[in-house]
Amino acid sequence: MKVSLSWLREYVELPAQLGVVELEAALVGLGMEVESIVDQAATVTGDLVVGRVLEVEELTGFKKPIRFNLVDVGRDEPQQIVCGARNYAAGDLVVVILPGGELPGGFRIGARKTYGRMSAGMICSARELGISDEHAGIVVLREGAAEPGADARGVIGLDDVVVEVEITPDRGYEMSVRGMARELSYAFSSAFTDPAAGPATPGTPEPPYPVRVDDTVGCDRFAARVVRGIDPNAASPQWMQRRLIAAGIRAISLPVDITNYLMLELGQPMHVFDLGRLRGGLVVRRAAAGEKLTTLDGVARSLSAEDMVICDDSGPISLAAVMGGETSEWQPGTVDVLLEAAHWDPVMVGRTARRHRLFSEAAKRWERGVDPQLPLRALERAVQILTAHAGGVVDPGVLDIDHVAPSAPVSLPAELPSRRIGVGYPADRVTALLSQVGCAVTGESPLVVTPPSWRPDLIDPADLVEEVARLGGYDAIPSVLPMAPGGRGLTPAQRRRRTVARALAESGYVEVLSYPFVAPQAHEEFGLAADDPRRTAVRLTNPLSEQEPQLRTSLLPPLLATLKRNLGRGRRDLALYEMGTVFRPRPAGSAAPEMGVDRRPDDAQWAAANAHVPDQPWHVAAVLAGDVEPAGWWGAGRAAGWADAVQAARTVLAAAGVPAGRVAVRAAEHTPWHPGRCAQVLVDDAVVGYAGELHPAVIEAVELPRRTCAVELDLDAVPAVPPVQAERLSTYPPALIDVALVVDAAVPAADVEAALGAGAGELLESVQLFDVYTAERLGAGKRSLAYKLTFRAADRTLTVEEAVAARDAAVAAAASRVGAALRGA
Amino acid sequence: MSYRNDPYDPKQAAQLDPEMLDAAVRDAEKAFTEAPDLDALGALKPAHLGDRAPVSLARREIGSLPPAAKADAGKRVNQARQAVQAAYDARAVDLERERAARVLVEERVDVTLPWDRRPRGARHPLTTLMERMADLFIGMGYEVVEGPELELEWANFDALNIGPDNPVRGAMDTFYVDLPGLVMRTHTSPGQVRTMLTRTPPIYVVAPGRAYRTDELDATHSPVFHQIEGLVVDEGISMAHLRGTLDHFAREMFGPDARTRFRPHYFPFTEPSAEFDVWFAQHRDGPRWVEWGGCGMVNPRVLTACGIDPDRYSGFAFGMGVERTLMFRDGVTDMRDMVEGDVRFTRQFGMEV
Repeated sequence: MKVSLSWLREYVELPAQLGVVELEAALVGLGMEVESIVDQAATVTGDLVVGRVLEVEELTGFKKPIRFNLVDVGRDEPQQIVCGARNYAAGDLVVVILPGGELPGGFRIGARKTYGRMSAGMICSARELGISDEHAGIVVLREGAAEPGADARGVIGLDDVVVEVEITPDRGYEMSVRGMARELSYAFSSAFTDPAAGPATPGTPEPPYPVRVDDTVGCDRFAARVVRGIDPNAASPQWMQRRLIAAGIRAISLPVDITNYLMLELGQPMHVFDLGRLRGGLVVRRAAAGEKLTTLDGVARSLSAEDMVICDDSGPISLAAVMGGETSEWQPGTVDVLLEAAHWDPVMVGRTARRHRLFSEAAKRWERGVDPQLPLRALERAVQILTAHAGGVVDPGVLDIDHVAPSAPVSLPAELPSRRIGVGYPADRVTALLSQVGCAVTGESPLVVTPPSWRPDLIDPADLVEEVARLGGYDAIPSVLPMAPGGRGLTPAQRRRRTVARALAESGYVEVLSYPFVAPQAHEEFGLAADDPRRTAVRLTNPLSEQEPQLRTSLLPPLLATLKRNLGRGRRDLALYEMGTVFRPRPAGSAAPEMGVDRRPDDAQWAAANAHVPDQPWHVAAVLAGDVEPAGWWGAGRAAGWADAVQAARTVLAAAGVPAGRVAVRAAEHTPWHPGRCAQVLVDDAVVGYAGELHPAVIEAVELPRRTCAVELDLDAVPAVPPVQAERLSTYPPALIDVALVVDAAVPAADVEAALGAGAGELLESVQLFDVYTAERLGAGKRSLAYKLTFRAADRTLTVEEAVAARDAAVAAAASRVGAALRGA
Repeated sequence: MSYRNDPYDPKQAAQLDPEMLDAAVRDAEKAFTEAPDLDALGALKPAHLGDRAPVSLARREIGSLPPAAKADAGKRVNQARQAVQAAYDARAVDLERERAARVLVEERVDVTLPWDRRPRGARHPLTTLMERMADLFIGMGYEVVEGPELELEWANFDALNIGPDNPVRGAMDTFYVDLPGLVMRTHTSPGQVRTMLTRTPPIYVVAPGRAYRTDELDATHSPVFHQIEGLVVDEGISMAHLRGTLDHFAREMFGPDARTRFRPHYFPFTEPSAEFDVWFAQHRDGPRWVEWGGCGMVNPRVLTACGIDPDRYSGFAFGMGVERTLMFRDGVTDMRDMVEGDVRFTRQFGMEV
């Protein structure tokens, strides 16, 4: 809502010297967000003066007629100014901006040579000054408007302040001078004059034109008046044009400008029909589905059965409340007009506006709520202004089809505002404040509050509490810290996510937060099989990018995109991680149950509804490229490899509190990983994720650096762990024995270690693999694994014989389980 | 070795002469003092303290003395030997100290050399900021609740008094999916709904998390963003409690000068509603009010839809953008820096924000 301050001042008494800061504070305190407050006088800088044209010399030889003028601007010498306009003559008073000044839009004025003459300044048109769209010629002032040399701003009305505010969607009444002036009167405790309070001719038994309203839900009021024989060439008065332009609305013609002017002033959208183009009586009804109407913007629209239309014998002629039609609208030359002011169902208008994407100024107001008691007063004003400027004969008939329901009273416990706001508001103060906003208040407790016709938003007691809080001032609310009962702290899952994240960051990974949107071809690039469950993704119906309409089923595609973005910015050595949810749709079933809002859904409904929500487990993923340990003065760097990815998985699980003994790693073939360099990660024999080097084909398809590695785990699949039960520490010395075992190269080290552990018995404290060795003399397809075994007893110092016996048992188990032979044996 | 059997041989008792003993001690002291290092000192040891050293030889001669003279001679020899040993030990301590000092000098390194062999990673400041905010409320007795990002339309809209005709439900603002009745949550407020449906008052919770709106990414907008939402439902809760909570939150986040300012606003799920600004003294362009979030008293309609008696209980709710908070708190000027995942951005923040 954009309006000039002088217009507001017409209806509310404001301080004569009202600063921008003070005005802004008042509007903000009332709940209006201030977009801008523009002092128009400051939009033109420098000398803007009244000038009198002394001499006019026509220049010839140019493509268009050009005049060279001598203009008296109140200085010793006349100003020489070149001008392209022709709508003035010597002796006229004009508006001149002198060199050094600046017009709106940053248009700086200088003295320069043009069309072969020196031109020092410019004679301005209304558009150049930003006061109207008029650009057919320069502004010619009436004789005696001011002396040459006087400041021209006041003379041309460029001395106003234009306020633009954003109105919250519940307060439609504020989208008018009437509403804003009323609100400002609260802030300044000053007098308000209601522009809607004047006289209005009531409906007459004989209407000026036959109208029938078939749907009184969609249209609970329809009023109209008729004026015949107006001067079709009558222009809108300058003051009206200026106010419209200040409000950001183009001046079009007198009848149309009047409807716009009254919409701004009262908040009542109106419509002008050309009486001569109507065919028979009007009918207001719902459209038939598929019915056609070409609206004023030239768009042929197919209507919905919910839209309301105004029809004549030819069919729909107006998309009610939103936009008129081409065939019935006022047009240049119209002499007989029918002025309509109705009241439409806000829900209907909202739907129609969205359906047809027609967010007109009228629709914006209807949707937020318009005072249903305005139509007759608005028509009265319209007829007055129209006949005053264009003559014509007013038909004595006034149409008023009124089905408006009275405002419902609200029962308000008198102490409720105090309880909810935390500020003491005695009943008489509550009554006073609510009366101030126009409510009728009766009773003592509860108070019976009947909201005014312009406040359809006041329905619940809480709505009235807000009015009391707002007018009483939010600044009056004290600051009191409530005491919560004892809380339970973070949940185990929340603590786990933090610990895992910290562990990864401490291990060198940098966290990223990617968008979860992915392209379907990510599945192709990853080489997922046709039946891979990761292909089943939720799809956005209105994605920002048609290329990326799906929700991720794996963290890797967006994470790898982020890796590439960093590579593109010149980073080569990268280790990134992300923790977030993936989206796994459930098998299609029936639709979620309908749930109301008048009471809690029962547990069965709520459970059934949640059964339709896709699983959204927390995953953690990490990717590596380049060196994981950089080269430096200490020597060469170390390239990231599959083992780093597997270790990241182990780090995650260790941070999650899973004991190493419950974690297993197995070779696996799983896209998008390299089939020979992919580890399946298990906890208690359940797969929780995969890690390793990416498949070379994936690396090529996604255009990643060679040997890029990745890990992804389903954190929610990692079981909760019970509190650790500490072991009693033995203070006896350990016995250390190394064994080197030769096994088939295909035997996983993890299996060898497991066999050693199983065979060694309870004296074994730890097994550490310290060497992996391959050589021809070991035999084809063999390798040697060297382990350091640590034995210790809880209650004694082990003898050499005991330690060797345990070692032998371990080796024997390795021999029988994985075919290991003691090296050198 | 016959002299051993001849206790009266006067020559052989010469070693016990007090002057000889003093001379031996002086010789030893001089030699030890002149030893340049521990090795040299060690090499001198047999000559002055070994079996053939003068003090050792003197001890042997004691046996040849008449019994009456033995005690006196023994005392002298012991004193002499102790003096030599003391001289040796003192010199050894000095030399060891010198050697230790020399080793320290020799082992000097350039401590300015870098050793960043396994660079640390970093956590995203949005995550750590959300944790920091959550921790503040945990400390006040609140709990942290979560909900799905792909959410029931009912929980995201209907239960929050955002009726079917509210424009925010349009595809211009909300991401819809190919599953009916579900949307990408447009705020963290459905977390409120889930909490109220599954808990009974008193309820004191915060819900940090991701939300989605169909804004194109630019310097100040992102289709995916983070919010933290607070909800309190208890008996006798008023706007004063809301303000007290936000003032406390603001002070703990931004220092003792911080406070809040409420401006009337409209949200369907709160009534009365307000937007709130925070006085931010550390702003890089000077102290000022900064828009921070929205808040209000939970609309009784929301309580009803969630099965809480609005006549017995009242509540407040608030929410603020985590990106926005990070932007003014840490001087981030472009939203894109927070979403693009450039490691240079995140590394600036390390492990904490």
